[in-house]
Amino acid sequence: MRTDNPRTLAVVPAYNEAETAPEVVRSLHRDAPGVDVVVIDDGSTDATAAAARATGARVIRLPFNLGIGGAVQTGFVYARENGYDRMVQVDGDGQHVAAEIATLAAVMDEDPATDMVCGSRFLGDNGYLAPISRRTGIHIFAFLLSRIVDRPVTDPTSGFRLYNRRAISLFARDYPHDYPEVEAVLMVHHHQLQMREVPVRMLERGGGVSSISSGKSAYYMVKVLLAIFVGLLRRRPVVEPGDASPAPASHGI
Amino acid sequence: MELRIQLVSIVAAAGLFVVVFEMVRRRRLLERYALLWLFSALALLGLAIWSGLLERIASTIGIIYPPNALFLIAFGFVLVLLLHFSLAVSRLTDQTKMLAQRLALLEERQSRAGHDVARERADARDEDEAALEPSSRP
Repeated sequence: MRTDNPRTLAVVPAYNEAETAPEVVRSLHRDAPGVDVVVIDDGSTDATAAAARATGARVIRLPFNLGIGGAVQTGFVYARENGYDRMVQVDGDGQHVAAEIATLAAVMDEDPATDMVCGSRFLGDNGYLAPISRRTGIHIFAFLLSRIVDRPVTDPTSGFRLYNRRAISLFARDYPHDYPEVEAVLMVHHHQLQMREVPVRMLERGGGVSSISSGKSAYYMVKVLLAIFVGLLRRRPVVEPGDASPAPASHGI
Repeated sequence: MELRIQLVSIVAAAGLFVVVFEMVRRRRLLERYALLWLFSALALLGLAIWSGLLERIASTIGIIYPPNALFLIAFGFVLVLLLHFSLAVSRLTDQTKMLAQRLALLEERQSRAGHDVARERADARDEDEAALEPSSRP
């Protein structure tokens, strides 16, 4: 274990973000030296993979669009199989600031028991202003989650997160399909991992289309609320080694 | 139960059974997905023929017109079948996701290991798609 110099992987999920994804990779090379970068091209129909490869990043191309959860989980599996100590998710739309990875890492360095560090837009004053509708939704989730996990959670939808080995192996085994961030907070809680939040700057989206368009936000709310309440009633939310597989090959009703 | 509706019920249930059985015989339908169908068809056929049992069921649950009980039971079977398919679709979705992830990881590993063929293929695929998307190139 090299606690002084952990190997860190930056996972950049990108779906049709040929404009911004290469920019994100370049900013990672520039502002987060020593961090390996892998771009997960989530079945893009534009030149995202070629553009990302041209910047020198490793590119994993999913054969078709899996959604953000499936794409990021590919990153968890990759990090686990290649023995990374830490993994940070940096969205391909340019919303997350590469220089802030150091902020996340500092929290984990300071308290090695921390399994997941979330960058929050709402802690402290960083001038981030999301549309009012989205902020309302985020605050509803934040309120519910804070009650459930019994500690303040200010930005449960932020994807800008740093994970250690324990969190990587948990999420490599099981990560929610779509809109995974809120559920991931619950899973971390159920598995008694330690989560911390830290204020970070975030930018407006650099381009492309958000995975949460306004038309989908109602579905998003309902789906995540369902996931929260189902998650509450799950005795054990995740398969442990030796359990039946989450996608069993056998037939059963 | 009136004879006409009884005949219609018998013919419909028997027809369903024959169609499903024939699909399995031609390997168009897997046995595991046919079992529920065949069981439903047999149960409905049995109730249609043995109208005494159907009438007793109807009066027990308070249905005045016995064929309505047959419809209710058929509806129940349809619900179970739909749930069964939702489960099957969920399982397939999970399995497909894992396959896609494994495939993508393998392709990346292969191209990193310097397999020229894989790299050429990946590059060719990138170029094809880039050519289809002229606006994305500066």
